[in-house]
Amino acid sequence: MTNLWRTVSENDQITGNPASSITLVEYGDYQCPHCAHAHPLVKRLLAERGTVFLFVFRNFPLQKIHPAAFMAAAAAEAAGRQGSFWAMHDFIFENQKKLMVKKLPEFAAALELNMEQFLLDLESDDIKNKIESDFESGIRSGVNATPTFYINGEKLTYDTTYESLLKAIDLH
Amino acid sequence: MILQNGVIAPDFKLYATPDQKLQLSELRGKRVILAFYPADWSPVCGDQMALYNEMLKYFHKYNAEIIGISVDSKWCHLAFEESRNLHFPLLSDFEPKGLVAKMYGAYNDDEGQSRRALFVIDEAGVIQWSYLSPEGINPGADGILDALEKMSNVNS
Repeated sequence: MTNLWRTVSENDQITGNPASSITLVEYGDYQCPHCAHAHPLVKRLLAERGTVFLFVFRNFPLQKIHPAAFMAAAAAEAAGRQGSFWAMHDFIFENQKKLMVKKLPEFAAALELNMEQFLLDLESDDIKNKIESDFESGIRSGVNATPTFYINGEKLTYDTTYESLLKAIDLH
Repeated sequence: MILQNGVIAPDFKLYATPDQKLQLSELRGKRVILAFYPADWSPVCGDQMALYNEMLKYFHKYNAEIIGISVDSKWCHLAFEESRNLHFPLLSDFEPKGLVAKMYGAYNDDEGQSRRALFVIDEAGVIQWSYLSPEGINPGADGILDALEKMSNVNS
């Protein structure tokens, strides 16, 4: 019950080194405080080891307990249509305390996105389907909480520390 | 040991709300996922019941209903459901305490609460899959979906 169900593809949001043989996948929720905790740890990992692994973020919004999570995911994906997925991803986690659905256009404006396009993409079926497909791949992979990490397809024991992530990279 | 597949799921009738009971056999014709869990109010994001709550449409795709069961009282369940915005029934295995969990082999005598055990029951009331999760580990939902998918393949 610990293996990644869907392999990483061009539909995924990736950063780091795409040529690397080490892939770290995170299933996360933009309104989850544990994910906000993990965010700077992943950033540090990318800064220190970004040349040796590929990082993938998949959406796992728990909508019933986090009312802004789904639309926040849509905002990041919509920003991605303008080449700014990671900028929005970072911005949302760094401003999680202010996160509300109605604030998302302000976030997009802060990133100087094309607003008309952003608002169109934010509501698009394509993006909704992408998020739902991420979510479904997460449940099929045995995601039971957020964040859940997979390293080369295997569920990672992440104990909320930077060291647990670093060790996973260094051991591969 | 928890009940295994091939066994007829023991029937029971427990409070689902402060004034309404739910009997397992009322759900004959549908698949039923029984999720025994230790206690309401687990603090972790994405905890087991919150996760299942997000998955109702996936369960419904397989003609399956999910039911949570713990020894918490009906009023405790009501507050928990409201707080987590849960949209599926939580049954109260409260009096005699843990009787249903005991029937399914899913009671923890030391702690006085259910173990974390999952059962997938078919349309005819027969257990098709069961899983006992290690203490403290949220089993997620992949096993349930795999079981439901397998049952659908057999049927077709």
